[in-house]
Amino acid sequence: MGMTITEKILAKASGKAKVEPGENVWLNVDILMTHDVCGPPTISIWKREFGGDAKIWDKDKLVIFPDHYIFTKNPQANRNVEILREFARQYDIENYYDAGTDRYKGVCHIALAEEGYNIPGTILFGTDSHTCTSGAFGMFSTGVGNTDAAFILGTGKIWEKIPESMKFVFHGKLPSFLTAKDLILRILGDITTDGATYRAMEFDGEAVFSLSVDERMTLTNMAIEAGAMNGIIAADSVIENYVHERTNKPYEIFNSDNDAKYRQVYEYDVSGMEPFVAKPHSPDNLDTVRNVQGTKLTKCYIGSCTGGKLSDFVSAAKLLFGNKAAVPTFVVPASTAVANQLEIETINGISLKEIFENAGCVIAQSSCAACLGGPMDTIGRAVDGETIISTTNRNFPGRMGSKKAAVYLASPLTVAASAITGVITDPRDFF
Amino acid sequence: MDKIIKGKIFVLGDNIDTDQIIPAEHLVYSLSDPEESKNYGKHALSGVPLSKAGLPAGGIPFIKNGSSESEYNIVIAGSNFGCGSSREHAPFALKVAGVKAVIAESYARIFYRNSVDGGFIIPYESIQKINDSISTGDEIEIDLMNNTLKHIESGKSFNLRPLGDILPIIEAGNIFEYARKSGMMG
Repeated sequence: MGMTITEKILAKASGKAKVEPGENVWLNVDILMTHDVCGPPTISIWKREFGGDAKIWDKDKLVIFPDHYIFTKNPQANRNVEILREFARQYDIENYYDAGTDRYKGVCHIALAEEGYNIPGTILFGTDSHTCTSGAFGMFSTGVGNTDAAFILGTGKIWEKIPESMKFVFHGKLPSFLTAKDLILRILGDITTDGATYRAMEFDGEAVFSLSVDERMTLTNMAIEAGAMNGIIAADSVIENYVHERTNKPYEIFNSDNDAKYRQVYEYDVSGMEPFVAKPHSPDNLDTVRNVQGTKLTKCYIGSCTGGKLSDFVSAAKLLFGNKAAVPTFVVPASTAVANQLEIETINGISLKEIFENAGCVIAQSSCAACLGGPMDTIGRAVDGETIISTTNRNFPGRMGSKKAAVYLASPLTVAASAITGVITDPRDFF
Repeated sequence: MDKIIKGKIFVLGDNIDTDQIIPAEHLVYSLSDPEESKNYGKHALSGVPLSKAGLPAGGIPFIKNGSSESEYNIVIAGSNFGCGSSREHAPFALKVAGVKAVIAESYARIFYRNSVDGGFIIPYESIQKINDSISTGDEIEIDLMNNTLKHIESGKSFNLRPLGDILPIIEAGNIFEYARKSGMMG
């Protein structure tokens, strides 16, 4: 019996020739990533457990991106960034990207890719559930809590149960009115928010390999919304080129064997699909945009690790070009690199930034911002009984702030189309 | 490790995500400062819409009058408890509020790991659905030796899934104690 790509990478990292689902193994970790919400408690647990002279197992393998609560006056949130700053100074952490400096990057999952930390065949753990995003690079990446992260910080190792794999194959050519977000929402509707718990979600098929790196990251990013341990796409030349532009680190490309075992295989033809939304209050509450079109909105939101990448803004700008947003619309680039690209990338000679400004959108600084609500002064935070359509990843009660708010999740095309009309709108109306 | 956990239950539904367990705006407090960390208990389960808090009736706040401790020390829930973000603040908040164990049909992976590796609460899985047959405020007794739950008033007993691989970590206290015992840490 062959192995899946996830099994092969985990076998390598545990020093075994072969692993099987259900087996517990100890993994050697290549990169540990943390941020301002979970970094300070991780450091505190590490000090408690490893003592005053605690040593980081390998400080070059620790990466810290403050990104969650950055542009806030909340004193405790600011203190958390200060704790990271002091830690980085004391332990001379080169891979620390401080807020308030030129080194500030924004949302960790996108910055990991941009800064060359995503390396095919390697193991990345992060104190954030969306760490699974990096799986778009043919690597194993998953989220853990502070305790597990503190354990890694001191030992470089962590236990993990080898997951069963599920495969999702997308055939056909993706129509121009669909994005990766529609595909992952469709999967969530089919398998629900615990449909992949403790499992690996592997994405395959010509429609997947025709996607840009940004779009692939949208698929793997939301694997956690089905409860998955990791999402993964085998690395191809598109990924190799992206990696080569950013790092000289060695990498290894793994592919699933033809006789690898999957718990389930789902096959889709994208050519017949239509735009989807996840209705309140769960990412698996699937419907077609057509079925909910006309729903009145109070706000539109384009941002986060899921929907704040350059490709997301290119999609949104295509529709917003020459139009005005009918409701308050927030544009939150995931990273500072994406924010810079908004000024460089053009449509008909007009920069994306100008297109959004001309449409009346509010362009905010790069951070996680209102995707997870955040402190009360967070830009774009849901208030009272708002109805919001968003390119983000979760719409559980209260996720974007107010418990009374109703949040629809959709593609950047659907959000942009809806911003223009002020009601939920099928992007095909603009094609 | 306690052999018996006895107490009053707080009943919830399916898919209680970590934003409902501890809303993100509270993730700013220190978890190591004993006084400041009480804020996590104070806001535990405050993200659950009130109509779905304390089933079957609903409308029952888990924490009353700005206290940091709940009168309920066992949470009973449906499937996929703790889905969503990786915040360890979630099982931590339940612990600060006085919760000893959660009994759910299933858990999201990161919440489950955090509960066990951090030694915050015991995440038991029920074999059958139980959150629709007992009520918030009922007294129960969990027998950790025999993996059973006894409903005190009716005397009815339910089987729980044995803790299996995680039992040695729970017995040790947390992942660090476990690693020390098994010689993995100095």
